[in-house]
Amino acid sequence: MNNIAVKVNDLTVAYHKKPVLWDVDLEIPEGVLMAVVGPNGAGKTTLIKAMINLIKPITGRTLFWGEPYQNNRKRVGYVPQRGSVDWDFPTSVLDVVTMGTYGKLGWFKRPGKKEKQKAIEALKKVDMLPYADRQISQLSGGQQQRVFVARALVQDSDIYFMDEPFQGVDVKTEKSIVKLLEELKNNGKTVIVVHHDLQTVTEYFDWVTLLNTIIIDYGPVKKTFTEENLKKTYRSPLDSFYKNKGK
Amino acid sequence: MESLFSLLSDYTLRIVALGSALLGITSGAIGCYAVLRKQSLIGDAVSHAALPGIGLSFLLIGSKNTEWLLLGAFITGWIATIIVLNIDLLSRIKYDNALAMILAVFFGFGLVILTYIQKIPNSNQAGLEKFLFGQASTLLRRDIIVMGIVSLLTLIPIMILWKEFKLLSFDATFTDTIGFSTKKLDLILTTLIVISIIVGLQTVGVVLMSSMLIAPAVAARQWTDRLSIMVILSSLFGATAGISGTIISSLVKNMPTGPIIVVIITIIAFISILFAPNRGIVFKKIRERRNKIESQSNGIRL
Repeated sequence: MNNIAVKVNDLTVAYHKKPVLWDVDLEIPEGVLMAVVGPNGAGKTTLIKAMINLIKPITGRTLFWGEPYQNNRKRVGYVPQRGSVDWDFPTSVLDVVTMGTYGKLGWFKRPGKKEKQKAIEALKKVDMLPYADRQISQLSGGQQQRVFVARALVQDSDIYFMDEPFQGVDVKTEKSIVKLLEELKNNGKTVIVVHHDLQTVTEYFDWVTLLNTIIIDYGPVKKTFTEENLKKTYRSPLDSFYKNKGK
Repeated sequence: MESLFSLLSDYTLRIVALGSALLGITSGAIGCYAVLRKQSLIGDAVSHAALPGIGLSFLLIGSKNTEWLLLGAFITGWIATIIVLNIDLLSRIKYDNALAMILAVFFGFGLVILTYIQKIPNSNQAGLEKFLFGQASTLLRRDIIVMGIVSLLTLIPIMILWKEFKLLSFDATFTDTIGFSTKKLDLILTTLIVISIIVGLQTVGVVLMSSMLIAPAVAARQWTDRLSIMVILSSLFGATAGISGTIISSLVKNMPTGPIIVVIITIIAFISILFAPNRGIVFKKIRERRNKIESQSNGIRL
């Protein structure tokens, strides 16, 4: 068994008294390509945001290689939903991707040639190099997504969290991102992807977490992605909540 | 023409023009961030909240020196902003509601204090009302020095924290994940907004000041797709409005400087919204029509 890259303990998150995540325990081994699957409102985005301290949980904690997130920030990359920013911002594609280097640069230092070069290489990987000088408002949804993925690649992290990278993108983008995910995995990186499309889980991922406020199950796709588990996941959250409590 | 030349050699006018230009440059630059972060109204709240600070400072220190009055303005302006940010952060009240509420309360309090000061006999009070709508003609040489220093205090951090502010304005969540504290950056940026507003209080006044923050930035955004050029253009627009407003008000009798500066910067913004290439409304309409004609001549119906 590989080392555990991420360990989540007793994580509970609520928005205004309503629990969104309930007592989540999760162990993610290094080097897996994991989908987080569940119905709308199951807390998928909340889970990854709570893991990297973007949302404050009521209880629980997440450890990266046995240490809190703060100590390993630079080894963890995050690709937010592309709808989370204003794409009319006055900046270029290359500029946005270069932002991925800012973390390693630290305060005050400006990105130089080395950083630009890294950004260019990442753009190549997502087939976006011809767009480097474009203003970002001129991009299609799929191209925006690839820019975000490129920005994360530049960070050169060991763990990547991606929030719905396949949401509303074209076939070309989907293929290009899938290829990248595999490449990351082959390089020993751990990738956690919030995913919507149940049809492609088996094809794209080797691990899966089934989530509906509580963790229904997680583990290798072959073992975990069963009809019975899916039924449990896509039932009303309260159903599964009471059932599990009764266990 | 001749009168224009004689004007430009006029000492008072030069002082006022310089002050208005400084104001335009500072608020133009920092205003870009307020606009891009969709926090345009923060300027309005800050400037209105500066009024009680001016009055309180006069009451407590008894001095009409610009430094002291503006320090008071800075303190209450800053407190108001922090209250707004915290209401937004800690309660379920929405940002714009908090803003509107705090703006009105502070401004009302400010008016109460000013009225009170006017009723104190022998208080040598004349002059504090100038902060309501501004009175550029009262600017002195030492005021300009204060304004200059304060302007630098805003512009230098923008240069030093260029990449951080850009990141914060584009994607605050990502900023947090790569290890920059958005709380700290937010606080610095907000403080800079407060400072830049204080610079303009004497010229434009608390009521109109927020337009000096928003209008140049909105105008500049129309002409460019790069943040650096936007900030420079916005400063230039602000300075242009400041200087031309000063000149116009000195040529025409009884023309108040602050309001005319605001009118000019708004005209610049409207021209930009209408006629800028690419983003301008007129340009867009022409392009749409051309596409339509082309597709019709190609036998395609839209």
